[in-house]
Amino acid sequence: MSAVYGLFTTPELAQQAVDELKAVGIPESEITIQSSEPLEEYEFGSRDRATLMPWIAVLGAAIGMATGYFLTSVTQRSWAINTGGMPIVTTWSNLIIIFELTMLGAVFASVLTLLVSARIPRRLPKFYDREISNRKILIGVANPRNVSKVEHALRASSGGVRRVENL
Amino acid sequence: MKRTADNSITDDLLRPVLQTSKAFFVAVAILAAIVASGFSAWAYQIYYGIGVTGDNWPVFWGFHETNFVFWIGISHAGTLISAILRIVNATWRRPVTRCAEVITAFALMIGAMFPLVHLGRPWLAWWLIPYPSERLLWPNYRSPLVWDFFAINTYLLSSLLFLGLPAIPDFALIRDRTTGWRNSLYGKLSLGWQGTPKQWHRLESAMHLMSLAIIPIAISVHTIVSFDFSMAVVPMWHSTIFGPYFVVGAIFSGIAALNIVMAIIRKALHLEKYLQPIHFQNLGKLMLAMSLLWGYFVFNERLVTWYGNTPHEMAALWSTQMGRYSPLFWTMVFCNFILPFPLLTIRKLRSIRAIVIASCGVVIGMWLERFLIIVPSLSYKGTPYSWGSYMPRWPEIAILSASFAAMALLYLLFSKFIPIISIWEMKVGEHPSIKVAAKVQEAEAAGELI
Repeated sequence: MSAVYGLFTTPELAQQAVDELKAVGIPESEITIQSSEPLEEYEFGSRDRATLMPWIAVLGAAIGMATGYFLTSVTQRSWAINTGGMPIVTTWSNLIIIFELTMLGAVFASVLTLLVSARIPRRLPKFYDREISNRKILIGVANPRNVSKVEHALRASSGGVRRVENL
Repeated sequence: MKRTADNSITDDLLRPVLQTSKAFFVAVAILAAIVASGFSAWAYQIYYGIGVTGDNWPVFWGFHETNFVFWIGISHAGTLISAILRIVNATWRRPVTRCAEVITAFALMIGAMFPLVHLGRPWLAWWLIPYPSERLLWPNYRSPLVWDFFAINTYLLSSLLFLGLPAIPDFALIRDRTTGWRNSLYGKLSLGWQGTPKQWHRLESAMHLMSLAIIPIAISVHTIVSFDFSMAVVPMWHSTIFGPYFVVGAIFSGIAALNIVMAIIRKALHLEKYLQPIHFQNLGKLMLAMSLLWGYFVFNERLVTWYGNTPHEMAALWSTQMGRYSPLFWTMVFCNFILPFPLLTIRKLRSIRAIVIASCGVVIGMWLERFLIIVPSLSYKGTPYSWGSYMPRWPEIAILSASFAAMALLYLLFSKFIPIISIWEMKVGEHPSIKVAAKVQEAEAAGELI
């Protein structure tokens, strides 16, 4: 198990490397890209399909709303407090708590979706280079079937080729 | 794109984290001493009872509640403004957002302390938490204090997540640039972040969704804080416009606090290259709009009270206009309206220094406003035999000072451990499409565009 990668100083060179890798038959899904900033203006930096995150947030909001409703209305019925002639279940004031828990549900669902879909937290994998923090862009392939092809493609885009063994 | 592997942004913004001057330790020691004095005053108040404060019949809410409302208001600087700017994709927001979000987190924590400080027996504060008690009685969901508990905690949790998530890539950056304990600490905090396109995209999607959720949360928080007052039949409290009035005041004071904080860190951490006059000017314009709105609400409140002409409300009103609280009222009007108006309106005057002077005035003015909402109304309740007055004593003053010192201390410590300006967002700001938008904004600010 090994990986071959190059570090590129500009997004143009990184894009070129990705194009070269694709040209030699490496599928897009096998190309690893890492950078210290989002580069969504480039094709290689915007490779992510649409997510269900907004819908999951809505689901989280619905769960929060239901929690708010049960917390307030059900407990008010179970432990009734008579206060100044008010009804036992005070819908108007309960709406405040239901609203807060609805929004909290949406926020938690968004964060949870981020963590799960971005696969964090996790151990930092070996296929990583600290040079990324110096604005370098890592383009590489894990477990390439044809190492020399990959190296050639990376060199063609002026990237110094590096290897990681024992992934 | 002519973007090169230029590390100046990373180097500049990591410098305050990786290098520590003597001044830092001196500042921490001084601020910690003031905070400690505040805790001592609180301990004294707990030991001898709430009677050592100026709270006395009929005014049982004094400085502590003023501080509570004030700090919750200040918290509106950050997450709300940051969320709005993110949604409208205002490019100038990049250096401002984290500075602002940090204010929210700490101001909320400090503000939420004050109901506890005000409790004669703070160890019973957990009665506010919804739990089935041994009396088989749940907390009363009709109580505005329980609403506060939910609203403030929702805002605090959301704000902490809103602050923490975009910090993950910066933690990864520090992890990669350090060794030893820092590498280990930031390695854990960065959660194994690699910076793949998928991770970036998901992070931005999550931030966008959270921005949408946080705006109504922030507005609800101060509306609910206003309900602490407007739900009570007390002169000048029982008002239907208290919600928006409080929200406007909160955003107003929050922007002022943000301007002051930005000016301090700009000088102290040598971030002049990043926190530029345009940022202060844009926030100054927002502050001017809030000043006008605030003035409208203050006038509205007083006009309706005067027109209604009920005796006890008139007593509370006149005490602020011409009576014992009038010096505070007119100082407030000066600080919140008369001082900032020319400084923020006249372009030639709108320098960073002038904006900071106006902001200092607004922070003082808004604290006075909170005091003037609470104390005069309690001093002139429905029946004249229950009229009285309030004068703070040293424990309240010590605790008030400690709250400001705590804010400064927490901010200082935060900026020591986490870059106070988001590094990756600043890098994105260098991208060409964004540069064009920034230039257009600069030209707009300079009046070169119509």
